[in-house]
Amino acid sequence: MISSLPTGRPPRRAVLYPSWFLAPAFAVLAVFFFLPTVFNFVYAFTDWSAFHNDIRPVGLANVEAVLSNGALLSSLRITIVYAGLVAIMQTGFGLGLALLLERDTRINRFARVVFFIPVLMSALAVGYTFQALLKPDGPVNGFLGALAGQDVTIPWLGSTTWTVVTVAFVNSWKWMGLAMVIFLAGLKTISADVLEAARIDGAGRWRTFRSVRFPLIAPAVTFNVATALLGSFNGFDTILATTGGGPAQQTEVLDIYIFRVYGNGLFAQATTMSLALLLLVTLLAFPVIGYLRKRERVL
Amino acid sequence: MRISRFVHPAVVLLLSAVVIGIPLWLALVTSAKSQGEANLPDLSLPRVWHLWENYSQAFTQGRVLWGLFGSLLVMVPSVAGVLIFGSLASWVLARRAGRAMAVLYAAAISGIVLPPAVVTIVLLLRQLHLASTPIGMMLVYMGMYMSLVIFFVTGFVRTIPVEVEEAARMDGARPLGIFIKVVLPLLRPVIATATIFICLYIWNDVFYAFFVLGGGTYSTLPLNLYSVASSNLYQNNWNLVFAYVVLMSLPLVVVFVVAQRRIISGITGGAVK
Repeated sequence: MISSLPTGRPPRRAVLYPSWFLAPAFAVLAVFFFLPTVFNFVYAFTDWSAFHNDIRPVGLANVEAVLSNGALLSSLRITIVYAGLVAIMQTGFGLGLALLLERDTRINRFARVVFFIPVLMSALAVGYTFQALLKPDGPVNGFLGALAGQDVTIPWLGSTTWTVVTVAFVNSWKWMGLAMVIFLAGLKTISADVLEAARIDGAGRWRTFRSVRFPLIAPAVTFNVATALLGSFNGFDTILATTGGGPAQQTEVLDIYIFRVYGNGLFAQATTMSLALLLLVTLLAFPVIGYLRKRERVL
Repeated sequence: MRISRFVHPAVVLLLSAVVIGIPLWLALVTSAKSQGEANLPDLSLPRVWHLWENYSQAFTQGRVLWGLFGSLLVMVPSVAGVLIFGSLASWVLARRAGRAMAVLYAAAISGIVLPPAVVTIVLLLRQLHLASTPIGMMLVYMGMYMSLVIFFVTGFVRTIPVEVEEAARMDGARPLGIFIKVVLPLLRPVIATATIFICLYIWNDVFYAFFVLGGGTYSTLPLNLYSVASSNLYQNNWNLVFAYVVLMSLPLVVVFVVAQRRIISGITGGAVK
């Protein structure tokens, strides 16, 4: 392409696209993204805290502390469960909505706008709304009680076992509109010929979806699962506004723990957890995204 | 088929009303109730309307104008900066081949997956005397979202034929001139996508803002919502919390409803290829 220029001597790419154009972006990345990440590996092994001015190395003391009080393993477990639940629910709800609202009717267009509104709201606002809805004597239990004909007092946000599911649902409720829009765009890219061919081959609606349309929207699945996973590994706002990490710290994901411990002035312990989050994402997210991409190519 | 013609729209409307309508309705009606009536939020209309009192109190107690100022002060330069620097770098990354560029690109986009080291960011900002300042916040956001911009824009630049740059080059334009006059205008769709996503994230961010701005003079709308809601723990002021929720959500919802077609096509334009 470059050699087709009629200037005789082909200009070098380094002249046409100067390296210094990279400088501002990489300077910001290096100082404000990579440097703090490197610091993570240093300060996790110090006694940095709000209670004294000097910072000294302490070896593995912080790791031992968060291991022995159970915080590390419990936060890791809750973060993984929460992220997995969000990825499943958010993608599932999004796909369901996209299929329901696929045809371009007036009502469907209206409903798409409605389902997108939560995406625009702050997760804190969404969390407070659901905290009110899901109170033991709140509207949701009231409605269920009216259906059942007796008092219903499900502790939606007060169960040490199930609240993580409720919170994952609330977060999925907030983001399902985005997943829906991505799926709708994916469904639009399927050519009418392919669907016509499936129809001629005698495929019913379910068969067409299962064998033709779902495989063809693999890139949208990848995008939605990956963004849901990554977003909820860093989950914070929704949980802060619904449970604050409770009850009995059973919804305390890594970021909530980091926030709480940092607020107590134990900066090095917070750093240790931040490092744990970094390692968790590196170990889990890269293989998951790699798997999803491979699936796209195979299909 | 005939029945489903009526069933489908009915199901869609019912689902919209229950799944989205009820939560939003709860926020709206509670924001107009007296403190006592809002004590246990439900779906009933207010017996006594406290609309004006609640909103004006949320406005002053939640320092809405100061929060709005802080949010805009941080968001606008961050988004502009990350898009300009990111696009400039992406153009070079997309056009130059070689191992070095591949390594740089991989490093640049790793930030999409890796979580920001939020605690040590505070340490770094203190050392740079940027802690609790809007400039520190902007630089942190730019560092966080640079990867996303480079990922989106580099992919997009690769779809633009080099020939469009060559005409300008023969007229004697220099690289920066070509970038600004020829390349940048062509990037509009992908820049729209990145702008929507990053604005959404920064506008609603509370986690990183806590660490960077927390305790300082500057604040943002979500930080103020959190402080209003935290006082709810001992005051039970759901009416103010929801007045604030409505005040804070309304601008984005209005912008969306007005420009929904362009926003939706903006989101999908860059996200799914």
